[in-house]
Amino acid sequence: MTMKPTTRGFLFLAFVLAVLPLALTNGYYYDLAIRMAINATIAVGLNLLIGYTGQISLGHAGFFGIGAYASAILTSRYGLPSGLALIIGAVATAGLAFAVARPILKLKGHYLAMATLGLGIILSMVVVNETDLTGGPDGMPVDAFSLFGMQIVGEQAWYVVVVLILLLVTRAALNLIDAPAGRALQAIHGAEIAARVAGVDTTSFKVRVFVLSAVVASVMGSVTAHYVGFLTPGVAGFFHSIELVTMVVLGGMASVFGSILGAVVLTLLPQLLSAFEGWETVVFGLILMLTMIFLPRGILPTLRLKFAGRAA
Amino acid sequence: MLEVRNLSKTFGGVKAVQDVSFTVRAGTIHAVIGPNGAGKTTLFNLITGIYTPTSGEILFDDASAGGESPDRLARRGMSRTFQNLQVCMNMSAIENVMVGAHLRLGTSLLAGLFRLPGLAKADAECRDEAARLMEFVGVGRYRDAHASQMSYGALKRLEIARALAAKPKLLLLDEPAAGLNHTETAEIEALIRKVADSGVTVVLVEHDMKLVMNLSDHILVLDYGRKLAEGSAAEIRENPDVIAAYLGASA
Repeated sequence: MTMKPTTRGFLFLAFVLAVLPLALTNGYYYDLAIRMAINATIAVGLNLLIGYTGQISLGHAGFFGIGAYASAILTSRYGLPSGLALIIGAVATAGLAFAVARPILKLKGHYLAMATLGLGIILSMVVVNETDLTGGPDGMPVDAFSLFGMQIVGEQAWYVVVVLILLLVTRAALNLIDAPAGRALQAIHGAEIAARVAGVDTTSFKVRVFVLSAVVASVMGSVTAHYVGFLTPGVAGFFHSIELVTMVVLGGMASVFGSILGAVVLTLLPQLLSAFEGWETVVFGLILMLTMIFLPRGILPTLRLKFAGRAA
Repeated sequence: MLEVRNLSKTFGGVKAVQDVSFTVRAGTIHAVIGPNGAGKTTLFNLITGIYTPTSGEILFDDASAGGESPDRLARRGMSRTFQNLQVCMNMSAIENVMVGAHLRLGTSLLAGLFRLPGLAKADAECRDEAARLMEFVGVGRYRDAHASQMSYGALKRLEIARALAAKPKLLLLDEPAAGLNHTETAEIEALIRKVADSGVTVVLVEHDMKLVMNLSDHILVLDYGRKLAEGSAAEIRENPDVIAAYLGASA
């Protein structure tokens, strides 16, 4: 039986994630791997919106922030169980994303970017200014995540949790793009008018994929809050949104595995560049620019084209 | 099948379509011709819901269709191709055709995310059906190709395959032979005949007169947004107004 390339890719990913702990010899490496997995999960969700459906969002850190602060506030100030807080955050995000999606997604291109940017900035300002709830710029501590009386403690436990979530979201995204609904999303990107003529309710699909990617960001926000144990408003900020979009674009638009790669690179790079003392942001930006100049489709799709070309 | 009554569309001060009425009977091939800028594509865009009529009525299967959205018209059995190709270059050839079958498949995001049972089976059937359609329109050899690897002529056929995947009752073809050479035009003509013979009512806009005259049961001539003439191929060929519009008033 021949295996689909995506299935092969998925099994390879699962294998890498399973053996990776052998290389994670200390807590710092584990921490890096966990952050990579969290970012990768968000990027995979965001790629469904940006890469596959062709709709930009510069406000997804806002949704991440809703999840993160819902978990933080509901558990530590109101004593709710962390699982429930996570779900409430996700539902609130879904509600907000659904409410704003219809008017926002009528816009295209730069205008859509501006509108989502505005949304992100509003959410970020709420977090900064509601000091009674969020602690404002000083941040707030978050309790450990506990489910059925068991707490997730230590990097190794967290690694298992975030890797399982990443695999689940990756598998689901791969399923979706190979399903009728996923083709409809890609058709919206490729030729929206043709999609409509084929019977695709384009507005409804855009709204649904926007909500889906927002909920993924929200859940990962909750996870991050509990994992890190302390939240600052930066998580909901503009730069975090840009970082997420960059992961998608750098790794490869409309490439699930590309998003994961993009998240890995963008999480790792600042750490590797710390030797440049003070100049790391400059070098970081330079690397991004060169990557986009020489690998315009993003890392993974460009490499894939190269290898396919050589094989032919 | 399709009835258009006193249809008008203005863009600002420009009257693109003015007071046009005609009827398309089921099972026929209907052509809309006219000089450039006569309003043919605007008429198509009105019928398929891309534009909203300024005034007038469109009846599809005896029910009002004017101003209804393209996706709802698709649901009611209307499909079309485009003068300027609207192929999804981010997808493979066969996936483009499968998009055409959108309405007959489960379109829930959740079902797609979790590959619910039934979906995979329906999807596999859809893929086979799409491959058959690609064979039918003559682009079978592109089965495993990406849309971006196909020639212009092949993409025009691919659009027809996508439109047919919706199993439409009414198919509107906007300049199916534009940009094709003689051999390709002859092939497209044979294909349109095959499509009509399979029971689909066809309306086409086309500049290639040979193709129009060979195929059409009925021809509508537009000029400056107005109906200039209507009738069978023989009647249109003899019509002095039509000759004047095409060759200049003194001819």
